[in-house]
Amino acid sequence: MSKALMEHAEASEVFNRDEPYVNWHDETLWFVRQKRDKSSKQLPEWEQLRETASSIKHYVLSHMDELLISFEQKARENGVHVHWAADAAEHNEIVLGLLKQHKIDKMVKSKSMLTEECHMNDFLSKNGIEVIDTDLGERIVQLRNEPPSHIVLPAIHLKKKDIGDLFHEHLGTEAGATDPQYLTEAARQHLRDKFLTRRAALTGVNFAIAETGGFVVSTNEGNADMGAHLADIHIACMGFEKIIPKQEHLGVFLRLLARSATGQPITTYSSHFKKPREGQEMHIVIVDNGRSTQLGRADFRSSLKCIRCGACMNTCPVYRRSGGHSYHNAVAGPIGSILAPNLDMTKNADLPFASTLCGSCSNVCPVKIDIHDQLYKWRQVLAKEGYVPKSKEIGIRAMSTVLSQPRFYQWSGRLGRTVMRAMPFMVNNGMNPWYKQRDMPEPPKESFRDWYVRNRKE
Amino acid sequence: MNYSNWKIGLFIPCYVDQFYPQVGIATLELLEKLGCNVTFPLNQTCCGQPMANSGFEHLSRPCDNLFFDLFADCDYVVSPSGSCVLHIKEHLKADGHADESKVLRKKVYELVEFITDVLKIETIEAEFPHRVGLHQGCHGQRGLYLSQMSELNAEPFSKPVSLLKKVKGIELIDLDRTDECCGFGGTFCVSEEAVSVKMGKDRVSDHIRHNAEYITGSDMSCLMHLGGILKRGHSNVQVKHIAEILNSQIAGPKH
Repeated sequence: MSKALMEHAEASEVFNRDEPYVNWHDETLWFVRQKRDKSSKQLPEWEQLRETASSIKHYVLSHMDELLISFEQKARENGVHVHWAADAAEHNEIVLGLLKQHKIDKMVKSKSMLTEECHMNDFLSKNGIEVIDTDLGERIVQLRNEPPSHIVLPAIHLKKKDIGDLFHEHLGTEAGATDPQYLTEAARQHLRDKFLTRRAALTGVNFAIAETGGFVVSTNEGNADMGAHLADIHIACMGFEKIIPKQEHLGVFLRLLARSATGQPITTYSSHFKKPREGQEMHIVIVDNGRSTQLGRADFRSSLKCIRCGACMNTCPVYRRSGGHSYHNAVAGPIGSILAPNLDMTKNADLPFASTLCGSCSNVCPVKIDIHDQLYKWRQVLAKEGYVPKSKEIGIRAMSTVLSQPRFYQWSGRLGRTVMRAMPFMVNNGMNPWYKQRDMPEPPKESFRDWYVRNRKE
Repeated sequence: MNYSNWKIGLFIPCYVDQFYPQVGIATLELLEKLGCNVTFPLNQTCCGQPMANSGFEHLSRPCDNLFFDLFADCDYVVSPSGSCVLHIKEHLKADGHADESKVLRKKVYELVEFITDVLKIETIEAEFPHRVGLHQGCHGQRGLYLSQMSELNAEPFSKPVSLLKKVKGIELIDLDRTDECCGFGGTFCVSEEAVSVKMGKDRVSDHIRHNAEYITGSDMSCLMHLGGILKRGHSNVQVKHIAEILNSQIAGPKH
């Protein structure tokens, strides 16, 4: 596997060239974080809900096999076809096979981060299948031929004007239009036609219930229902960690999901699917794609508790100022940075370092994943396995040598400060990334230790 | 309470030792003023965090060994840095002393929490007649619980604010974002320079918007970063470690 086209730091540098835009991006996501705060603080039992959700998911992770087998059995009893995919390629082949079998070459799709992870749209399009994303944000980024920048708010990086220009080009709206009502109506009419004429619909899965074989899809636009109810064949794709043991557990997760994501009490639609209607086929594709490897990593397995609310992105001070695309992964932000190295360490070795380890992500996580601790632990794994650049390693080794020997440390400090005072240009130059936009601290004549020896030891 | 029979070790982080001796002096004088018997082992260097946060925890082992040798016999170790203290509390592991390292971890305190939770002092004789904004270092706040975190649905409290409120003449300002990270982040400040600086600029703006004369905090690393940005912007706003404010002298009567 090769490195990312542009690593996080470099992509962030490009993102930050337009400061007013960064301010807007930061404020927009901070607004969502504030809505989440307000909504979560209206529930006195909020912290208890998080703890309960985390415990249920903990149970799921330690009973994964039993729960999945139970789900499969119940789903089959309900008349649903169940498929198992070991990786992204197998998942994509299964979906293509089903479409070919029904001689279908056009499909609508509601939001599914799993299909982003599997790069399914690309694969299907290369095989002659047209996929139309029906979530408004997803449709917008699809028309722009770019990936979503956020798992809940796929087009959050775009301003109204960008959408107006895009719709003018693709949907024939008036040039220069920015009125959200007008633009949304245009998208609605455009999508309505797709819903009515497509015979296949693909949806994601938010929660799959082991005891009933049913599953729940949460959307704000009702687009999953529109697709699934009109199509002859409904394909639902899920990573295997979407399983929950019981129907009653939805009472915990559905209360947490939308509040964490956008501050809404619940998503506009929580659609429960169980069996195909008469004449319809329903398929569920259960995907591993590295999840069992992650489940086997003791330090990182709890990352599979994630319910994809996006709260960690909205709160992340780095995400807000670098944008989702800088993470070059289907799932961006803090959670993406602990999931991605599991999939490909070479390509994603930069992501666990794209954080100050401030810890805000772990605090907003509705299932209490210790995200920032896992970022720290991934750094250890990546360094140990040789994925940290050699130049950086040499610097760290030199630092360790100095700091391991008190006399060497004292001598280096004195020398360094003397040089900084006598020849400030030695540090105040373009080679020093600190100095680019920040002044260096004034080097004092004596260190604290020197002062202490002079004043307290004599 | 009489603390004079406790052996209190003072740990001054490497960059404070080298660049901010006044913060070390203020910490020492403050602890002595509060009745503590403080020792400063001369061979100390660093907590090891710069290596560990970069992924090379194993290269911080010599620092762990050094720290253990110098401080294991102390009743308490106090340091004016939440970040270094959190690192030691979570990761200290000296060769051949796994269990004793765990004991030592529990004896290490950040200055504000030591004054609040161990010394439990009621009053502080200090005066600082200025408008001050408190920048909460993330490791001190979210790691050591120096104050309540805005993300949680839980009772608010703040140990540094409680201490600062005891200072005569001080005016604490409110910020739009109470606990947003400043963007220092250790080696992050150079490896992710663009985002780091932007975060720092935004943090500084929040304080300037509310007319702060000083930005204080219990972590000099955050303040070094914010200070560098302020100075580059030719701002009059200054950074001052909380120890310096708590150790400030009461002005004599005016003539």
